[in-house]
Amino acid sequence: MPDFDPDASSPSTAWLKRAFTGADSTNARKTVTFGDAAAVRSLPLWSFLSFVLLMAIWYVVKIGGDDGILNDRTFASQKDTWDAFLLLASEGYRNITLWEHTSASLSRVGQGMLWGTVLGVPIGLAMGLSSKLRGFFDAPVELFRPIPPLALLPLFILWFGLGDKSARNLLIFASIWIMIIAARAGVRTVNLSKIRAAYSLGASKPQILWRVILPNALPEIFTGFRVAVGVSWGTLVAAELLGTSTGLGSMIFQARNFFRIDVIIVGVIIIALLGVLMDIGVRFLEAKLIPWRGKG
Amino acid sequence: MKDLSAKNVGMIYDVPKGEPVHALEDVNFDLRGGRLLTLLGPSGCGKTTLLNILAGFLAPTSGEVTLGGERIEGPGQDRGMVFQQGALFEWLNVEHNVAFGPKMNGVNKEAIKPIVDDLLNTVGLSGFGDKHIYELSGGMQQRVALARCLANDPDVILMDEPLGALDALTREKMQGLILKLWRETGKTVVLVTHSVEEALYLGDRLFVMAPRPGRIDRSYDLPFAEAALGMEPRELKASAEFIEKREEVLSLIWEMEEQIMGHEGA
Repeated sequence: MPDFDPDASSPSTAWLKRAFTGADSTNARKTVTFGDAAAVRSLPLWSFLSFVLLMAIWYVVKIGGDDGILNDRTFASQKDTWDAFLLLASEGYRNITLWEHTSASLSRVGQGMLWGTVLGVPIGLAMGLSSKLRGFFDAPVELFRPIPPLALLPLFILWFGLGDKSARNLLIFASIWIMIIAARAGVRTVNLSKIRAAYSLGASKPQILWRVILPNALPEIFTGFRVAVGVSWGTLVAAELLGTSTGLGSMIFQARNFFRIDVIIVGVIIIALLGVLMDIGVRFLEAKLIPWRGKG
Repeated sequence: MKDLSAKNVGMIYDVPKGEPVHALEDVNFDLRGGRLLTLLGPSGCGKTTLLNILAGFLAPTSGEVTLGGERIEGPGQDRGMVFQQGALFEWLNVEHNVAFGPKMNGVNKEAIKPIVDDLLNTVGLSGFGDKHIYELSGGMQQRVALARCLANDPDVILMDEPLGALDALTREKMQGLILKLWRETGKTVVLVTHSVEEALYLGDRLFVMAPRPGRIDRSYDLPFAEAALGMEPRELKASAEFIEKREEVLSLIWEMEEQIMGHEGA
């Protein structure tokens, strides 16, 4: 490390200091640091510390088991939760394995997002390209968009019955408005110069739609997709509490009826982990598919 | 080479709750094929409007523009366009940007490749084919824009302040490139600029335009673009003849600006 020693600490502990303070060679000579928001990033060491702290709190409140700060009817210990996870993974809860619950939930989100995107993006593009279609679709979009999808669950159960179909259609409803608005916003970001250049280069209308407008709108569409996945996941788990016999939400609801706190906690942790994984997945796709985003 | 003509071209914009704006009034010219015309004038003189009419992006409210005797009705591949910035396709790399025109016309891949390689070489971007647009400097991006517009082999190249966003040094280099391309291809070029020096240096013909209504105020035939062939640009721009013309055009534009100020003050 030539030329870098922010605080003249010995080289052997320099890495530790960096991990704690985030000081690096680009920021070392800055005198104004508080308020330099662009230089703020997430230090992994501190994330690790907060995780350890959470686990420690969980451990402390369960010292003494049922006689601890939280009794067994309120919260399960780490060991009980882990045992419940192993049992769920191998035998399942009430004859349905954890894997079956998880894949049921994931497939519902996948189908909801697929149809929400396939139907929503073309409508959004059309709204961005034509004043007539913009006017035509504005009424339903503005009316339906503010409805929390779960408010419609009783109706969907009446129309589509308990099970996959209701859940899937509810997720289409949850995602389609987000995708429409994202695609519409994406069209609006197109620079008129690009369209004119494409016409001058001999492109036809379909070519301009497919090769200029759509790729130009991709960053916005991706932002919408990420939001919609998050909303869908949250909506689904809640919908499964009532509407289905499989899925992580359903598993949690059934466990509640039998006071299986350990099973509930396993379900909640898996829901959280999958939510994080999906977000990482979408961000990874974004980096692969639209590397130009936010540059130039 | 086809001649580019304007006959009695007028353009009136209707302004909601206001007087209609005469962006152009009675514009007439005949530009012989293969010449380099620069359009210069204060803002509001209609130079970009005129360029957009020549490109076919705008239809004039009166009169007509023709290329080779044929009336211009809309955008076409016989007229390539270079914009100031933001017109390249960020989702494509340099090579695919240049290949865009031929590709839209269904030219097959094997035939496109040599066209693209040749053009990248011409604009000095050999070896940059697989770079993304956001990886390039402003000057290099404009080189890509030039190559892309040449790929369809247009008769006319229209440029809307193509060097306006570049720093002074890059701008001088790019002026040299534009002159080189003009000479090598023999194409007709119409270039809009804010810079008096650029208009004089590049144009072998220059229209100084005036506002309210937008019109061609003075037309010059200039020797500098030809002279630049055997002369250093700095030397040329420092020559007595160049400086004299520059002062003449500058005072012309100053007068216009002062009239506008007077008009607005009243």
